[in-house]
Amino acid sequence: MPAVTILYFAHLRDQRGLESERVETAAATARELYRELARRHRLTLPEGALAVAVNEAMTGWDAAIADGDTVVFLPPVSGG
Amino acid sequence: MDAFAITDRAIDPAAWRRRLGHPRAGGLVVFEGVVRDHHQGRAVLHLDYQGYAPLAARAGDAILAAARARWPLLAALGCHRVGRLEIGEAAVWIGTAAAHRAEAFAACAWIMDEVKARLPVWKRETFADGAAAWSQGAVLRPDPGGVAPAGSTPP
Repeated sequence: MPAVTILYFAHLRDQRGLESERVETAAATARELYRELARRHRLTLPEGALAVAVNEAMTGWDAAIADGDTVVFLPPVSGG
Repeated sequence: MDAFAITDRAIDPAAWRRRLGHPRAGGLVVFEGVVRDHHQGRAVLHLDYQGYAPLAARAGDAILAAARARWPLLAALGCHRVGRLEIGEAAVWIGTAAAHRAEAFAACAWIMDEVKARLPVWKRETFADGAAAWSQGAVLRPDPGGVAPAGSTPP
């Protein structure tokens, strides 16, 4: 099964209890991957509150996920 | 050169200010965002910032480039700190230089608004009552690269 690296920040890092992890997944898109993770780890942030980055580039929920990708779900930002 | 930095070390405003200098500049505008000791009536002890550094630096660079495309700037620089910050420490520094002050003021304010909306950076407040929470924040705008079209209305 394809394996991806997930990086967690802020609310999601707290809820997952990890900064990053390698996950084997059958998810074809970022949306499927987040739903899988949210179910498994009881992540509470809805998709509408998150942005998606794959391999250090902003993308959309329908982005295809491939073996070796680094995927980040970005919670609402509060810089400054 | 456009250059936006993400750093886990204390921001040195004097060093950044020196990089802004330009012989054709008639106005330099510097914004320093510092940690305050209160939020919505609650006493704050310190802040912790997290950032997705590679993406945040690139978004910052794109914001500076967009500002330079929009105003006749001689320099535009910025940085955002991550990690634990105490009251009074600088979390963000933005500087602009232009021949005349109006452009430098406008661009600096616009850059700061964009930084708040587009950088993948998160602020966690620790309160005097023992509670700690991530700042409510805003959904990250997905525009890749964060480049605003020239002439668009500032947010």
